[in-house]
Amino acid sequence: MGVTITGLSLSIDGRTILENVSAAVPAGAVIGLLGPNGAGKSTLLRLIAGIAKPDAGAVLLDNVAVGSLPRREAARRIALLEQNAAPSVDLSAHDVVLLGRIPHRSRVLGGFGGDDDREVVAEALHAVGVGDLADRLWHTLSGGQQQRVQIARAIAQHPSLLLLDEPTNHLDVSAQLSLLSLVRQQVRARGLTAIAALHDLNLAAAYCDHLLLLDAGRLVAAGTPDEVLRPSVIAAVYGVDCDVIPHPRGGHPVIVFSPAGREAERAESFRGPS
Amino acid sequence: MNRRRFALTLATSVVALALVVAIAVTIGPAGISLAEVTRSIAGHLGLPGGGGVPLLTDSIVWQLRLPRVLTAGAVGAGLALSGVVMQSITRNPLADPYLLGLSSGASLGAVAVLILGVGFALPAAAFLGALAALVATLSIARVGGTITPGRAVLSGLAIAQLAAAGTSFVIFWSAKGDSYREILNWLLGSVAGASWTSVGIAAAALAIVGTGLVLASTRLDAFVFGDTAAASLGINVNATRWALLAAVALLTGAMVSVSGSIGFVGLILPHLVRGLAGPGHLRLLPLAAVAGAAFLITADTLARTVFDPRELPVGIVTAFIGVPVFIALIKGRKSASWA
Repeated sequence: MGVTITGLSLSIDGRTILENVSAAVPAGAVIGLLGPNGAGKSTLLRLIAGIAKPDAGAVLLDNVAVGSLPRREAARRIALLEQNAAPSVDLSAHDVVLLGRIPHRSRVLGGFGGDDDREVVAEALHAVGVGDLADRLWHTLSGGQQQRVQIARAIAQHPSLLLLDEPTNHLDVSAQLSLLSLVRQQVRARGLTAIAALHDLNLAAAYCDHLLLLDAGRLVAAGTPDEVLRPSVIAAVYGVDCDVIPHPRGGHPVIVFSPAGREAERAESFRGPS
Repeated sequence: MNRRRFALTLATSVVALALVVAIAVTIGPAGISLAEVTRSIAGHLGLPGGGGVPLLTDSIVWQLRLPRVLTAGAVGAGLALSGVVMQSITRNPLADPYLLGLSSGASLGAVAVLILGVGFALPAAAFLGALAALVATLSIARVGGTITPGRAVLSGLAIAQLAAAGTSFVIFWSAKGDSYREILNWLLGSVAGASWTSVGIAAAALAIVGTGLVLASTRLDAFVFGDTAAASLGINVNATRWALLAAVALLTGAMVSVSGSIGFVGLILPHLVRGLAGPGHLRLLPLAAVAGAAFLITADTLARTVFDPRELPVGIVTAFIGVPVFIALIKGRKSASWA
């Protein structure tokens, strides 16, 4: 059960985006998808969602090949939160969440016109802590509130797999922490599996049960945060020098970066003026 | 807007539209009363209370003014629907059949058939012209898979200019005495020559394509956060987009074949009605159609009466109203990202 990825490869215009990526992701967990810019994180999420087709390989969700599902069936099982999503017209938070009902409603009369899903929408907004913002317009919400509304939309879609593409982008620290703890809490409460592309290794270490590390389209490490986030691995993928220490209270790994250039500076200042 | 309020708004606006039609028919050089208009129409429809209207008055109502008013109404409704769909599918607040070149392409197709005698029916040729212009505009605007609204409008401008020049050229090439007026009517739009045939073409296209669009309203809703989001909500994005754009080309083609290219109806009506109906297409589309019909009937009534006995192409009136709204849209945009 969970998500099984076997031999996914994709190239676009002769450029390899993903190369033979295989991984098994446990059900009911929060999985962090890590890697430098351009490593193929967003593309992998699109392939898992079944929105893009791989050149080779397959994605199995609960033993069903996502690629073989009609789009509508896939949308009932997998919700995707895009990076920097913005609507083309003014929508209320309620309208945004109602979008999540589209794969479950009549093809013909199921859009914003639906009044029957008010309870689902209200429950989802309440669950993510913005129950009082239902009538607020999208552009009047803060970045953190917009992401919460998007998560409510995903919840209203009643998926078993939740995909998030850099959900903490452009959020302040407190919003980043509360958003990921919300994701964790919803995953636990609803028995979902979540895969989140993340940039911040420390956030990933703090909130994810399992990590996948991509580098230049290939999966270079997979496992628990302790297994994946080792100084040698981080140095090889990101080219940075770091130490990994246990969090003083949580015990999860904390990555402490050694700022490039600062050590030489310090050594110089110790020597003092000559 | 909840279901009951929507039903009430739609009913009210349909009644208001019927009133606009009736009043527009009374207006003109020959003074005709509302009672005479209703009696004449009722007589022709075989309804009770019809007839008893002088022959001349009856033929002014039934042969001249009513076809013109109904054509204007159907064209206005069709252009407003086209604008709604184009704005939603391309996520471009400036998208409309006129700005993106569809109307000019349709005019060129129609004129080519009329004058060169190419073997297509007029609306079919206008449809092909609109479709060709749409495909050309979108392919010029596309850079690396994405189309920004600003680029789409610039490409549309280029295609519209080319098609307008082509239209003028074709008419001049086959020059007759009244070529100038004919060119103006195609480029600026006019329903002065409307007949029951034009009513039939415009109304049939509106009924068939309009019904299809209303049935596709859920799919249109799903595009609000873009293509990827639509796909993740279960929409077959490519098939849906091309089907809807083809429907828009068909609708625009049919409208242009009876009226020439009338600007700004498809641009401004969707924005004005969205404020009232909300973003949901199931409610937005019918209300936009009714509002577009009322708007173009009013504009055409102004066009034929303000400078009486001279008559303006109706596109001049829609431009005088539409351009200030267009400017307000540009100024009112909070983000610069779409240009």
